[in-house]
Amino acid sequence: MKHEEILHRCFRCGYCKLPSNYTDINCPAYQAFRFETYSPGGRMWLLRGWLNGEITNSKRFAEIMFSCTACGNCVEQCAFPKFRDLLLEVFTAGREAFLDAGHVPGPVRDYLTKIQLHGNPYGKPGKKRPEWAADLGVEPYADQEYLFFVDDVGAYDTRGQEIARSVAGILQQAGISFGMLSGEEVSDGNDVLAIGETPLFEELARKNIEVFNQKGVKKIITLSPHSLNAIKNHYPALGGSYQAMHYTQLLAFSMGNMSLQEDGPNHRITFHDPCYLGRHNWDYQSPRMLLKGLPGASVVEMDRNQKNAFCCGGGGGNFFTDLVSAEEDSPSRVRVREAAETGADYLAVACPMCAVMLEDAAKVEGLENRLQVKEVTEIVAEYMVGA
Amino acid sequence: MKELIDRLKKIVGDRFVSEAPEERYIYSMDMGTMPASAPDLVVMPASTEEVSKIMEAANAHQVPVTPMGGGLVLSGLTRALKGGMILDMKRMNRITEVNPKSRYAVVEGGTSQGMLQAYLKKNHPELKHSVPDAPPIATLAGNVCIHGSGHLSVLGGYHSDMLTGMEVVLPTGEVIRTGSCSVSSDWFGKAPLPDLSGLFMGWAGTTGVVTRLGIKLFPSYRYNDLLIFVCDDAEDMPDVISRLTSTQVAEDMTPWMTPIPEWARGFMHINIAYGAHSKAELTFKRNLLQMSVKAYKDKKTGGFLPMPPPQKNRYMKIPTPDLVRFADVRKGGGFEYVGAIMAIEHFAEAYRAGVEIAEKNEVSYSMGARIVGAGHSMMFFYAYAFNRADQADMARAQKALEETNAATLEMGGIPWKAELPAQQQIIEKMAPDTFALMNRIREALDPNHIMNPGNWERA
Ligand SMILES: Cc1cc2nc3c(=O)[nH]c(=O)nc-3n(C[C@H](O)[C@H](O)[C@H](O)COP(=O)(O)OP(=O)(O)OC[C@H]3O[C@@H](n4cnc5c(N)ncnc54)[C@H](O)[C@@H]3O)c2cc1C
Ligand code: SF4
Ligand code: SF4
Repeated sequence: MKHEEILHRCFRCGYCKLPSNYTDINCPAYQAFRFETYSPGGRMWLLRGWLNGEITNSKRFAEIMFSCTACGNCVEQCAFPKFRDLLLEVFTAGREAFLDAGHVPGPVRDYLTKIQLHGNPYGKPGKKRPEWAADLGVEPYADQEYLFFVDDVGAYDTRGQEIARSVAGILQQAGISFGMLSGEEVSDGNDVLAIGETPLFEELARKNIEVFNQKGVKKIITLSPHSLNAIKNHYPALGGSYQAMHYTQLLAFSMGNMSLQEDGPNHRITFHDPCYLGRHNWDYQSPRMLLKGLPGASVVEMDRNQKNAFCCGGGGGNFFTDLVSAEEDSPSRVRVREAAETGADYLAVACPMCAVMLEDAAKVEGLENRLQVKEVTEIVAEYMVGA
Repeated sequence: MKELIDRLKKIVGDRFVSEAPEERYIYSMDMGTMPASAPDLVVMPASTEEVSKIMEAANAHQVPVTPMGGGLVLSGLTRALKGGMILDMKRMNRITEVNPKSRYAVVEGGTSQGMLQAYLKKNHPELKHSVPDAPPIATLAGNVCIHGSGHLSVLGGYHSDMLTGMEVVLPTGEVIRTGSCSVSSDWFGKAPLPDLSGLFMGWAGTTGVVTRLGIKLFPSYRYNDLLIFVCDDAEDMPDVISRLTSTQVAEDMTPWMTPIPEWARGFMHINIAYGAHSKAELTFKRNLLQMSVKAYKDKKTGGFLPMPPPQKNRYMKIPTPDLVRFADVRKGGGFEYVGAIMAIEHFAEAYRAGVEIAEKNEVSYSMGARIVGAGHSMMFFYAYAFNRADQADMARAQKALEETNAATLEMGGIPWKAELPAQQQIIEKMAPDTFALMNRIREALDPNHIMNPGNWERA
């Protein structure tokens, strides 16, 4: 297994279980199940025990390994500098070894099979991908400045489609020149890579790179921070180098082009940092700049914010595989309770996966009358002149 | 076992009982040098009532129970020496009360140090508790149960001295309280009642499960500072410590001696942390501390280390991650320490013994101490790093630890949170009637011998 030579260095001290301000458990898988085995240190020691032959494979072992949402909190908080940078790679390598050995939880197998067969985890045809845009009037990408890349959730999930439409609408209002693809693209592959299925990721990435290159794409706006991560950090090694940015990053600097009301509604907004925009790509400010620029709105922070943000539980394929679902201890339910504690009436998100996860959780928690989960541009739209 | 597991699942819910090999493997060992000993199952209760029912079930089935908090004790005290169940207490993590005027907090038995620290910072910034340098997921209960010490120990003594009361589930399932909370709704302290808290502190989880405890809080200062005094003669240390503590100004004093980095080798350093409500008060306190050891400066045998702010900030971080990082000095992932609780005057002897043992066993070491009270005693630690992937290296560290335990007892000290072999060494030296009384108490509390058996027993 890649990186097996560093497994013994984990002291199992548990710094990685918490955020830097220690408020609460910040590893979503450990939060959900609470056994030491699900903590980052537990994973390290289990993997070492497995390679040493002290413990054998099992369904539970596989579930433990694949329940990691790749949120990156452990990388941020581990007590050992440098060593910590490799933690996620270790967990991915562990899953890769499990995949090679054929030890894969059923939902993960289904997820990967659908992507393998259809290019997306919904098992829907590629030609349906652009349906989110319907009558929005977004042109196919030709020679516009940007390609707007919409991930699987934005393309196929009803709520994701609403979000994709909202973002595209605001990009239009901000006067940004962009076009979209017509279904020749496939899944960005980000979570497939996090799961450890590297060959499938490379296949997906190469397909997308081919499409991008054919069309002469240079700059990409992504709907999902997961796509941003894949395109910006992993496509270059496969020959696809683009200037990729998340839509909030572009919009934060285009606010001057938007006609905002002089005094809008006074919503109290708390922002949930998506792991792949925040911890993985170190941008905590763009979405906040957008929200703080809304006249009349106030932004309040949850105890766990920015690099300490608590993951919604959707990363690492878990949005589809649901391996961190744990009744009231599910990360998404814990997170909406935390958001409600701030007294905010809007929980702002900037990722279609977070939106769906947290919206469902708010319903189950009975919070939907107090706290609405809104994607950032949906909020911006309420502050536009004529809204 | 199946019948017991079904009963436990009814008590805590299916999700919180596991007999899976993965949990049995991870919970069989801690990060120190003690060999693995696997439990049959792991159970995670969420309330006192659940703990009580678990104890009733364990008695009915005569199955051992080992309470565990953060599992960070390092000396293997949370291993299930005779199988049975590990009670992972960390779901019981609520902070149930903070009394700002009488300055105490009441927390559940699995509440972590970090969580209380964060809670006070946010809700009661004028208050703080004494935080040990253990990783922040360590629990207050686990720490108080082993007579831990921390960043306010010069001010307030051992953390067991800061205890104001406890709720405990006895091995037979009854729920009792110690201290004022056994009579009143207030958890202000142990006086004036017979102090039953002692039945649960220092016993390595063999007498009951702490489900709630009250802990003293102290004023949190706006201005905080740290001085480092340095001298090169260990013989001077008892006097230096005595002088510094006599000012009654420091909150925490932690001597340290380490061969790495090279500039530190051979020197005795003492970090002295203190705070104040105003800048003027801080200056006054600094002057008091500096004046107390002026004789050493005059003789040119000691002085204060100038420190750039980043270095100072690093030393002032609470808890400090530097101790954990010692495990990574040789990229080996392991360290364990002997904490020798002893009188201050043994400092030089203790230091010499540490250097000798480390050099003889060829182990990487770091030494230090935490002064407790106004110089009333100290926890002198000898930390030995080892490579977890190298059995011979681990054995070397283990041997150094055993020799250090023996040397500690020889000097009149007592190994703290003693590993099994050290418990045997202590029992050998203990007044026989005292050990007999311990056994009688245990017999009365735990007639079926199910609480963390194997600990505090003659081999
Ligand atoms: C890097 C490092 C630094 C450290 N620094 C310090 C320090 O500065 N000061 C200090 O005091 N310690 C220190 N320690 C030692 C130890 O980690 C701490 O004392 C820690 O607080 C122990 O708490 P825990 O929750 O991990 O206890 P555990 O290891 O889980 O348990 C300790 C003992 O208490 C028992 N126990 C735990 N919970 C309960 C309960 N609810 N009821 C009954 N019995 C219970 C267990 O059976 C065991 O015998 C350090 C350790 C490390 C690794
Ligand atoms: S991953 Fe790092 S922080 Fe977590 S237990 Fe291991 S050494 Fe400690
Ligand atoms: S990446 Fe997140 S979920 Fe995975 S082990 Fe680290 S903290 Fe836990």
